Formats: sequence, C-alpha cells, structure tokens
Amino acid sequence: MNGIALVLRALHHGENRLAEQLTAVAGRHRAEHEVHHVALDLAGWSREHAQRLADAARRQGLDLDDAPGELSSGMLPALQEKATGAADRRPEPGLLLLRDLRELHLGATENSLHWEMLAQAAQAARDDELPAVVSACHPRTLRQMRWTNTLVKNLSPQILTSL
Amino acid sequence: MDASVDRIARPWGSRTPYGRHEPWPVRVDTYLEEGVEPGSVQRWVQAASILHSDGDAMDIAVVDGRMAGVRGRADDRVNHGRLGPKDLFGWQANASPDRLTRPLVRRDGHLTGCDWATAMDRIVARSRELLEKRGPGAIGFYTTGQLFLEEYYTLALLARAGIGTPHLDGNTRLCTATASEALKESFGCDGQPGSYDDLDHADAIALFGHNIAETQPVQWMRVLDRLGGPDPPRLVCVDPRPTRVARTAAVHLAPRLGTNVALLNALLHEIIRTDRVDHAYIAAHTVGYEELVSRVKECTPEWAAAICDVPAARIGEAAEVLGTADRLLSTVLQGVYQSHQATAAAVQVNNLHLIRGMLGRPGAGVLQMNGQPTAQNTRECGADGNLPGFRNWQNDSHVADLARVWNVDPRTIPHYAPPTHAMQMFRYAEQGSIRMLWINGTNPAVSLPDLSRVRSILSQDRLFVIVQDLFLTETAQLADVVLPAATWGEKTGTFTNADRTVHLSDKAVEPPGEAKPDLDIFLDYAARMDFRDKDGGPLVTWHDPESAFEAWKRCSAGRPCDYTGLTYDRLRGRSGIQWPCTEQTPEGTERLYTDTIDWAHPDVCESYGKDLVTGAADDAVEYRSLNPDGKAMIKAASYLPPHETPDAAYPFQLTTGRTLYHFHTRTKTARAPQLNAAAPEVWVEVSAADAAALGLDEGDLVEVTTPRGALRGRLRTTGIRPGLLFVPFHYGYWDTEAGHGPGDGTPARAANETTITDWDPVSKQPLFKTAAAALRLVERGNGRSAPAPTTTASAPFRAGAVPSTTGGTSALAGQAGDTDGEEGEGNKEDEDGREDREDRGKGQVEGDSE
Repeated sequence: MNGIALVLRALHHGENRLAEQLTAVAGRHRAEHEVHHVALDLAGWSREHAQRLADAARRQGLDLDDAPGELSSGMLPALQEKATGAADRRPEPGLLLLRDLRELHLGATENSLHWEMLAQAAQAARDDELPAVVSACHPRTLRQMRWTNTLVKNLSPQILTSL
Repeated sequence: MDASVDRIARPWGSRTPYGRHEPWPVRVDTYLEEGVEPGSVQRWVQAASILHSDGDAMDIAVVDGRMAGVRGRADDRVNHGRLGPKDLFGWQANASPDRLTRPLVRRDGHLTGCDWATAMDRIVARSRELLEKRGPGAIGFYTTGQLFLEEYYTLALLARAGIGTPHLDGNTRLCTATASEALKESFGCDGQPGSYDDLDHADAIALFGHNIAETQPVQWMRVLDRLGGPDPPRLVCVDPRPTRVARTAAVHLAPRLGTNVALLNALLHEIIRTDRVDHAYIAAHTVGYEELVSRVKECTPEWAAAICDVPAARIGEAAEVLGTADRLLSTVLQGVYQSHQATAAAVQVNNLHLIRGMLGRPGAGVLQMNGQPTAQNTRECGADGNLPGFRNWQNDSHVADLARVWNVDPRTIPHYAPPTHAMQMFRYAEQGSIRMLWINGTNPAVSLPDLSRVRSILSQDRLFVIVQDLFLTETAQLADVVLPAATWGEKTGTFTNADRTVHLSDKAVEPPGEAKPDLDIFLDYAARMDFRDKDGGPLVTWHDPESAFEAWKRCSAGRPCDYTGLTYDRLRGRSGIQWPCTEQTPEGTERLYTDTIDWAHPDVCESYGKDLVTGAADDAVEYRSLNPDGKAMIKAASYLPPHETPDAAYPFQLTTGRTLYHFHTRTKTARAPQLNAAAPEVWVEVSAADAAALGLDEGDLVEVTTPRGALRGRLRTTGIRPGLLFVPFHYGYWDTEAGHGPGDGTPARAANETTITDWDPVSKQPLFKTAAAALRLVERGNGRSAPAPTTTASAPFRAGAVPSTTGGTSALAGQAGDTDGEEGEGNKEDEDGREDREDRGKGQVEGDSE
C-alpha cells in the first residue's frame, strides 16, 4: 500500500468517526440546543468528506468502504437515553459537554493533519484530482475545529465556576 | 383638507401622492378621546411611538393631569405628522385599571402587596447572598427593547461593572439580534447604513421578509404615496404570506420556509451572471468578492426554484428589478431574522448592495430593520450582548477604554467570553447555574419558544425571579418579586428608531400609584447595593434622565453611535436627529458609508466576525489578515436545509408573526379597545388549497400540533403559500381564567406552545419561523368566522367572505393636510387590493395543478 492510500484510509476512517461522534454528541446534549443542531449540520460535512474520499480512492483502485469506523453505532441510542431527560436540570452534564467538545476538537484536529498530509503527498505525486478534494474539504474541517474551540471558550467560564 | 377616517378599517389613512425626489407631504393625524375637543387640551407633550420601531413623532394631549389623545408631529423627519393605528389608540392602555400600583412579593406561595423598601431589600439580600456564595455568574438580567436609552445605559453599567456578570441581554435577541450581527459581519460594526428618506429617492424597493405595512405602517404610507405619484418605484417582495406589500409588489416571491439563503444566492448569481455589478465600487470598498462569485456559481434560478418552490422565471424577474435599479433600497426583517440561516441570509442582502455599489447615496441603501421601539438603544448601550458604544469585547483596548469611562478596573468588566445571549441565560437557569433572573419590560412566558419549557424554568424554586413591568403579565405571575414600572408618557428619556433618529419623549402625566420609572428602580438598586468605582466613589454618577443622557454621551464619544452633539434642549420642540451627531455634524448624519466604510478597521471594528454556518468566532489575527484596510466584507454562505422539515406526522410548515393591530404579548394593545376589537383572539391561517383538501372551512376550530405542543384557534383561509400555516404570536393567557398558561378550561392559545428551541448560531436569534406541524379539526365553525383582521395579510381568500374589520365611530381619527380626496373618501384602495388578491389566487391554483 502506498503512502497516499494509507492517508486516504486513515482520513476516511477519521471523517466517518467524527460524523458518528458529532451525531452522538447531538443526541447526548439535546438540551444544549445550539450544540445539538450545529453538531448535526457538521456531521453532514464529515459524511460528505468521507464520501468524496471514497469516490477519489475508488478512482485510484482503492475501496475504502470496507473499513468500518471504530465506534459501534449500536451503542449510541443507549448513551443518548442515559444523558437526556432528568439530567437536563443538573450541572454535571456541563462537564460531560466540555469533555465531548474536547474530543470533537481533537478528532477534527487529527483529520486536519491528515488533510495536510494528503495535500502535500498529492502535490509531490503530481496527483491531478486529490488537491481539489482537499481544498473543498479541509477548510470545513478547520471550521469544525473553530466551532468546538469557540464553544469551549464560551461555555467553560460558567460551567467550571458554578460546580 | 381635514377629514375623519376610521383608522381600524383604513389603517394607512388617505393618500398624499408625491413624485420621486420630492419631499413627502405633511399629513397630521390626531385622535382625541370622545368628548375632548382640540381647544380643551391643556398641554401637548412631545413624545414618539413606543409600539414599533418606526419612531413616529407625536404629542400627547393632556387634560386635567391625564392623557386624552395624541397628534403626529408635522415637522418630524420620520413621519411628517402621520400616526399608525397603534400610535393613535395604544396610549389608552396607560390608564388601565389593572396597572400595577405597588410592589408584590411572594409569601407562602402567593404574591402579596408590600412597600418598595420590602421588595428592594429582598432583591438586595438575594443579590448579596448569591455574589458571596456563587459569584456574579449566578445573576442574570433579561431586559427589553422598550425602555429608554438612559435606563439601558444604567442597567449595562450596574450589571457589567456593578455585579460584574456577563449575563445581560434583551428580548431584542428575539427581534433585532440578526440585524446587528449582519451589519457587524459586513461592515465590521453595527449601525444602520440607510435612512427612511431613501424611500423618497429609490426607483426599486426590495422587502425581504419585511411586512412593512403592518410592522412600520407609517413608512408603508410613504411607499403608497410614492406608488400613487409620478415615477413610482418598483417593489420586490419576499414573503410567504399575501401581505399588502406582496399584493402591491411588481414581483412577489413566496418561498418555502427556511430557504432564504438559496433564494438570495440565486439572485446574486443572476446579478453576477448578467454583470450588473459595480466593479469599481467592489475594488475600492470591499474584500471577498471572488469567494462570493465561486460560491454562487452553481446557484442558478432553476437550482433555487427546486429548493424554494418558487418559479425560476419569477426569480429571474426579481433579479432583473434588483439588477437594473438605479437607486435600490432593500429592507430586511423577521422573515429573515427569525428564519433558518438568519444572519447568512441577511448578509446576502448586504452583499447585493455591496456588489451593486448601492450604498451611501439617496435612495441607494440598506435598512436592516428593528422590531421594537428602543431596540437600537438596547444594542448601542450594551444591554443586549454587546459592550456599550459598539465596543469590541475581544479588543482589550476597547475594554480598557470602557473601563476608563466607568472608572473601574478592566477586569471588572467580564470580557473573557462574549456577553451571554438570552437563550443561553435561560439554559443556565435551567441547569441551575443562574439563580437570580431580573426580567424587565418583557414577557418570556409568552414570547420565548417552547413555552412549557420556559414556564418550568421560571417556576423553579431555586431560581429567584424579579419582574419589573406595568401589568401582572404571565411572567410576573411566576415571579418572586414584582416591581411596578412607569411607562412611556409617565417618564422622560430618549430613544432611537430603526434609522438612527433620536427622539426625546417627555413625561406627560404621573405614573399610577407607587409605580416608578425603570431608571429610578435601577438607581435605587445601585444605591442599595453600594456599587463603587475603583476610587471608592459611587459607580453610578447620575441621578435623573438628563444626567444619565449626559453620561451616555461621554461613553458614546468617538464611537459610531456618537451622541455628543445632542442635548435634551436640542431634541425638544423640533424633529428628531440621526446619530452620529457631533459638534462637527450638529444636524446629524443621514446616511452612513457615503465615502468609505468607516468602522471596519481592525482597530475600531465592533466584531472580528463569525463563521456564518457554525457561529465560531474569528480572532483579531484572522480579521486583520482578511481585512487589513477595514473595507466592507462580502461573506458568502452556502444553503443548508432547515433543521425541522415536514414529514408524514407533521405535514405542514408553521410560521408565527405579528398583526398590524397588536404589539408583542398584547399587554398594552389588548387594553386599547379599538385595537383589541380588531383582532381579539388567536387564529390559524391556511391556504385555500389545503383547507379544501382537508375539508376545512373558515371559522372552524382547529388544533395545530408540533413535537413541542399544541394550540387551538379558529381557521382563516387566505392566499398564504400552500403547505404553510401561520399563527400570530401575540396571544397569551393573562386575560384567561388560567392566568399564566393553559389549564382547566383554558385551551392553549399561545403560538409559542409549538415553536422549536433552535437559534441562529451566529446572531443567537431564536427561529420562530421554522417548524413542522399537524393540523386537525376540533369543532365546526358553523358559519362563524375567524377573529382575524380582513385589512391585512390575514385577509380572507375570497373577498367579502367574512365581515370586514372596522372600528366604527370610536376609531375615527383626524387627518389634516394635502390628502387626495378621491382616494381618501372612497374604498378604492381596498377594492384594488381585492382585485390583486383574486388575480394572485388564480395564479396559485394554476401553479398547483402544474
């Protein structure tokens, strides 16, 4: 397997995983309405990224769709149920929210670094197609990072000083 | 000529036609209560309207120490003597017998009367306890768009530097937050670019989600007068309802809810494709054009037609009007601000003007409108999630400058994060980290989305709720302390309308009982809390409205909203004046951005901007690299589907909104007999096609259900877009048996029982115009009709199908001026409206069958 294929595989996995994480966070934090709605919008971006990567890889003779994400989606509904409902009225979900936002940020950062590697490798290999995929998708990954960073910045003061 | 006109039946009165570039003729409207003749009025006291954002200047008639009527001010630049129905009749609510006249505190579960010392002691004791045990983040203030400038500024100082809490916002979050945010995104700073006088000069007027006929009826009179004169403007209207504007427009687009960005991107696509672009303006004054070109490249009218459910040809016609205008005026309101992708869409209207170079000249301008009369002051005084004087919370030198004005340590003013927006404050209260919420001049138990949630938050034992209002509103009934406030006409202060016109509103009569001006309540609280500046002096250094105004002038100095050239004396006895007003510009400033984009430089801008999809904040470094020279920013946005769309269980889209005759939750307008009678109860609007498909008829009692809740009202069949329901948001419970919410014998009737908790991530404005709903019959109307006006967007689909809305002799108001007798006497205007309506109705039926 060449290096580009390695990165494509890792990034495809990472975008799928981030989409799942965003969807799970949206489900866990229904009472945090902005987080809930925007996370679902941004999960759509990651799903689209994964699709574009799979399409690009297929043209390079690589099938990415056989590489499943790590998070089992079967666990998600149970997690969601647990965190919504009665807990909406308690402060502890604030800590859970900060932890989830941190994980989303780290996931997006990992993807961002893989986009960077892919862009560099594609240029070095004089690939005609991949740079267009990167320039369409990587900016949105950076926006996912800025979103989680903004939320952590805005929510931390109240959550961490009211425990 | 002098005439009396039923201003309920004919809300816009008689026409005074005028030509392009001519001054709008004067028409002085007067209403005096029965038995009062002009000669018996003892004093006329200067004021301006408080029931919408237009800033109609008026005088209050005083007889024997009480209000007896109102008269428009002929020499004022805003209204040239005219008044709208709410201006004419709304003042009567001041004298309602159920005004609050003494403070109330909750004892053993019941609100009972007490003196001011008892009520204030209780508030101060709780404030001190929370500050000591939990810190300033436990205290929040939720204010309004209906106080006076002096009151907001005092509140901003005591909250931000006295308590030191980031939790201060206004209900302006519900009405004008997107206007403010869109201006910050495009121009780096808040500040209305255009002027109402642009209506005199424009050859095309585009209204985006702005039912001006009902929200600013006096400016609609101006548009009607232009349409009746030589060289009239062409109107483009984007609205899913058959408003008077829609029926009058050259092009009417009625898009599916939540698709404004798709529609606007297609309009921009057409303007760019046909190269009706001012390339010299773009090069001189903007950044970001290339990004817009690439973003809207694929957004053809055909693409948008599929998303918006509007014919592609109609989008092309609208683009033709916008693209060929020689002076284009655009206005934007809640159809954009309270809808999905609010800021992104409002910014695209700014982009339209930036790429066409339509700014800063007579007739070429943008009006990002406000809903409430004093919302502009909530914004500029920093009572709404901004810092005072449009200072940038992310810019340390701005915060230091504010700290200098207030003589406090900069660390006293929370600026580690943006000031908390209202929806987040209610979330913190729900979670228990905010433990005291001081609500003044607003009624969240009716006006916020998802009311069962809001009631449960306000009812928590652990949350100490203070309500400061005129009446025992639904929210006041849930409070721990209720403070009786004086209102317009009972106190002095200034306020600023949607086109930056500052008016003075003088005290005409005494407030009832022990009710006090909001300013006095805030000053009393600051004194009892003993707030100090960094040298140990009193934090609040003023004692009455005029000294507060003088203090505000010092805070505004050098900022865009500069008031330093204004005084109470200069505002008394003459027209209002538009800020910025300085020693150099004593007559004010008609238009912003006539030469350059003045407030976008990285060092002066109010905001470094946000991501239009995620709301993520940019920082100073990013802003400086994007816009080093402080130009206008063209920010592109992609369309995203709305978060809640119809499905099998909830097949309709649901939108909420206002009607001409009411304001907010009817606390005043329901107590004005003429206004209340014009729209006494909630109703539900549905299209004729949908009513026929469901076998429903005018007057049937129906239930509207969403995943949040349900409400009941009588059905009005109109020319609204098929698939869409409309419910007015004014109706709550204070005049029902249950009092503050639905209960035994009181079915739900508030629109917000059904609305979703979702807000624009950029402006944080709640989305009242995006929900999926089901509709079912509860009971046949058997010949009854819906209690909806016939004069407005609620007009029945078939003209004459229901009795016309009239006010009778009690609604006769005087009109003096050069009005057109022909149109003034007859019903020509109404007949015209009906013909248009029927034409449009036919068009829609044909459209459906295609």
